[in-house]
Amino acid sequence: MSFSIMLQHLVNGISLGSLYALLAIGYTMVYGILRLINFAHGDVFMLGTYIAFYAMTSFMLPWWASFLIAIILTCIFGIILEKCAYRPLRNSPRISVMISAIGASFLIENLAIVIFGGRPKAFPIEPIFSKILNIGGVSIVSVSLIIPVITAIALCLLNYIVNHTKVGMAMRAVSKDYEAARLMGIDVNSIIAFTFGTGSALAAIGGIMWGLKYPQLIPLMGLMPGLKCFIAAVVGGIGNIRGAVIGGFILGLGEIMIVALSPALSGYRDAFAFVLLIIILLVKPSGLMGQNTVEKV
Amino acid sequence: MKKNNILTLISIIGFILLLLVLNITLGSYKMRIFNLCGIYVILALSLNLINGFVGLFSLGHAGFMAVGAYTCALLTMSPETKEMNFFLEPIVPWLKNVQLPFPTALIIGGIMAAIAGALIGAPVLRLRDDYLAIATLGFSEIIRVVFTNTQRITNGPLGIKGLPTIGITGQSWEIVIWTWGIALFTIIFMVLLINSSYGKAFKAIREDEIAAEAMGINLFKHKMIAFVIGSFFAGIGGALLGHLMGTIDPLMFRFLLTFNIVLIVVLGGIGSITGSVISAIVVTISMEALRILDADMQIGGYIVKGIPGMRMVVFSALLMIVILFYQRGLMGTNEFNWDWIINRKKKIQKI
Repeated sequence: MSFSIMLQHLVNGISLGSLYALLAIGYTMVYGILRLINFAHGDVFMLGTYIAFYAMTSFMLPWWASFLIAIILTCIFGIILEKCAYRPLRNSPRISVMISAIGASFLIENLAIVIFGGRPKAFPIEPIFSKILNIGGVSIVSVSLIIPVITAIALCLLNYIVNHTKVGMAMRAVSKDYEAARLMGIDVNSIIAFTFGTGSALAAIGGIMWGLKYPQLIPLMGLMPGLKCFIAAVVGGIGNIRGAVIGGFILGLGEIMIVALSPALSGYRDAFAFVLLIIILLVKPSGLMGQNTVEKV
Repeated sequence: MKKNNILTLISIIGFILLLLVLNITLGSYKMRIFNLCGIYVILALSLNLINGFVGLFSLGHAGFMAVGAYTCALLTMSPETKEMNFFLEPIVPWLKNVQLPFPTALIIGGIMAAIAGALIGAPVLRLRDDYLAIATLGFSEIIRVVFTNTQRITNGPLGIKGLPTIGITGQSWEIVIWTWGIALFTIIFMVLLINSSYGKAFKAIREDEIAAEAMGINLFKHKMIAFVIGSFFAGIGGALLGHLMGTIDPLMFRFLLTFNIVLIVVLGGIGSITGSVISAIVVTISMEALRILDADMQIGGYIVKGIPGMRMVVFSALLMIVILFYQRGLMGTNEFNWDWIINRKKKIQKI
């Protein structure tokens, strides 16, 4: 394999990895605070893409406005989801919360099938995103370069929010100890809502860019990326934002590289994430960056 | 106690007679749904054993069903049908001329699923709660991906068509005897298992793992037993489902299938055999009955346009409502017993 083709695969891997990273952050933040797998996160991601699609095609908005609207609406949707599906079960056994999450996920998917229709839709792509750049013999679609840049910007913003603002400090406190944070006068409910909002906004950003890179929208498009990104979060160490980013990149690069290095295995591409998950759970269940926790009686 | 056993025996015999009568009176379409009910009873009970009684939240059921269905299908099909199916790539030679009678193949299918369960359980059962759910879900996806890609054994994404009908002679009355016979066997087996010392240990693990371990229960052994038994019955159920449908392909065994079974178990009450049985029958029938939602309807003079997919929205919404407002489900952890009915009867007579 020539160097330029390798480089091309690398760019693809990095852009897929960035998308996974954006989604994985949503999982890891929610899990860090509520100890809950937000199964519906993949569907929030799907919703973001569809909102952007309809804003552009039905309402004829310019692309930047529709992207902004999609991010805001998805953010609101994430907060509503938390309020309806998870908040009433805050003190229930974890199995109930998980069933609720699975149920919410299927409800959103089935509603999406009813409302948007099961037929695949083509995401409209502006020329700036589909330009083909030629850099040193490597031809790259511009969107593959834009995705990592936007991801980097979003991550810097998130890093600032989590580490340098009051809300971020409260978020970290809640994830360390829920009860103690409440005793310190932190409004836990609004912090959780804020977390869901942030995670959903990131999912929307990821979804829009996913639509630009793989422009086929179906109501079930969030299912597989959702599962894989949860795995990315586990691989990186769940509850750890930096870990989720690393996990996302490992997953994205790994998937692309498997297909690139041995085309015979390309059918097993979807299994890669799950194999990785099982290896990580057996070798280091707390993930690459996670801390060990011991259950106390 | 004696009296209850006699009552149970009488009702089982009555039920078998009812099956034969129903087989004659109901049409083939209704009979097919009825058979499907029996299969879903098996599947719901096997998932309930793992999820409800041991408290392991497993989402890998579709994978075990796939193992059972494919094993049984490949063992019962005649060499000619196999050749017709595998037209893109020939089948592996060691499978080509194998043809076993249905009961043997069914049991082998179950055993293969149980082996898969044991292999998957060994590493996964050390995990807790949601990690376990994701890991089992992952394994079931891996099984599906492997089946999609091993074209020479499973015929890959094309799937297998022309599975022989359930039973030895291939007559229609035999199908209902097999599906509901195995369902009855599963019910009795589960009741006996839950009331044995193993069942008590399972419940102890569900309530509190650490306390159970302190009481001297071998956690891993009991979890493994439940998981293997659950996957055995899942394999049997999958095999029956495949043979009832007459065709299987990897896409059939997606997460959606597991979701349907989880739905049944939750609606019936997590940890109740009676609940699972009732809810399996009700859900399977209503899944068919609610097809009217997808089609056009005529109300008064107006034609209400049917919305394809509305049926599944109803079921997902139902699951959400049950889990949010009525977590016990239909039966909670209660079971059906004769004493309750007899007492009820006496009370009514007194009034």
